[in-house]
Amino acid sequence: MNKKDTFLRRWLRGEVEFSALLAEPVYPTPEEAVPYEPKENKHVAIRTLRRSRTGYRAAVTVLCIVFALFMLLVIGNLPQYGAADAPTVNEVPQRYVEQGMEETGAVNSVAGMILDYRAFDTLGESFVLFTATCAVTLLMCAAPGKKKEEHVFEAEVVRYDNDPIVRTVCKLVIPIILMFGIYVVLNGHISPGGGFSGGAIMASALIIYAIVWGEDKASRTIPKKAISLITLCALAFYACSKTYSFFTGANHIHSIISPGTPGRIFSAGLILPLNVAVGFVVCCTMYSFYMYFRRGEL
Amino acid sequence: MNGMFQNLLHNYEECVSVILFCIGFCMLLFDRNLLKKVLGLDIMDTGVFLLLADRGYIAGRMANIITDGITDASYYINPIPAGLVLTGIVVSVSVSAVMLSLTVRIYREYHTLDMDALYLMMSEKRKGGRV
Repeated sequence: MNKKDTFLRRWLRGEVEFSALLAEPVYPTPEEAVPYEPKENKHVAIRTLRRSRTGYRAAVTVLCIVFALFMLLVIGNLPQYGAADAPTVNEVPQRYVEQGMEETGAVNSVAGMILDYRAFDTLGESFVLFTATCAVTLLMCAAPGKKKEEHVFEAEVVRYDNDPIVRTVCKLVIPIILMFGIYVVLNGHISPGGGFSGGAIMASALIIYAIVWGEDKASRTIPKKAISLITLCALAFYACSKTYSFFTGANHIHSIISPGTPGRIFSAGLILPLNVAVGFVVCCTMYSFYMYFRRGEL
Repeated sequence: MNGMFQNLLHNYEECVSVILFCIGFCMLLFDRNLLKKVLGLDIMDTGVFLLLADRGYIAGRMANIITDGITDASYYINPIPAGLVLTGIVVSVSVSAVMLSLTVRIYREYHTLDMDALYLMMSEKRKGGRV
């Protein structure tokens, strides 16, 4: 073999074996895990621990008091609450309020700020949520003894869908909550609200559904693939559209997307679709957090 | 010095946020239960959000929805802290979700959430006593 015999070439020739990596690792079930049994040096260890804990508590108390006094000192020197001449009220918020409606078309200055002037910041927030979902997925799905604990849960679960009152009220309330969430998302640029709050409201409706009709039925109604597909599409749409608008609209280049008439539903350029994308991401993330902690999988 | 105390009385909402922050901080450091440590961090976050939201308020002005076509900045409060609080809430939710799932994993591995028991078990594991 010559020196060009790289990993890629060996892989192309089919000499690399991946099946060992793909095999399911063997985890001990909870029954096999032995509960903690004290050793003979346990008393010494506990005495050491207690002594160190006393020192720790004293140190932490001093730290907390110093910290609190320092923060109160800072607050005593802050400008007065609600003062109009505070140094934070400078030309930046003035620009956002006075020219925001003209430049972005959003009546809600906060939505115009976070989804137009600072849209990359909000993209980063959405990716923080996505990364957290990935981390929770890794931690909860690869957990040892998952199936065993599921059965334990199953025995304790109260079946709410057998209760006529709960079932009827939820059938009545869930569509209203979903509608309200969609309203908050779609009106994010002309009224208080937006993608984050609307997405959380929609997720609360889905979580109520999962609580009442059981996690298994919820995961059949809302498939795992749909959730990951919606999240990924929304994030990709956000990233692509905002990069595009920064290349055409920012730095005094003429923008192709017009802000429209402020106050209309279809106005404010990209803010409405971006709000919808953020709403989908938040909704799917909240719902999958609930499902991972309750069921262990989507 | 007198002016500082006067200012503390005027900024009483910020004082509340400091108290919330300190409650969360003490909970994070004093409590031996891992779950309560996560709760303590969330209370600390709440204190920070209260402080930020208070800093954005300007007495007698409206929220940042442009009403009646008035675009004068002297009619509205500061929109920037609202955006910062939004970011903070999202990050705090993500961080607490990751920490809670780590706590679940720790409980499944060691069957306890007590820091001292965990410490004893981990040091024994490190010495090679029990795997």
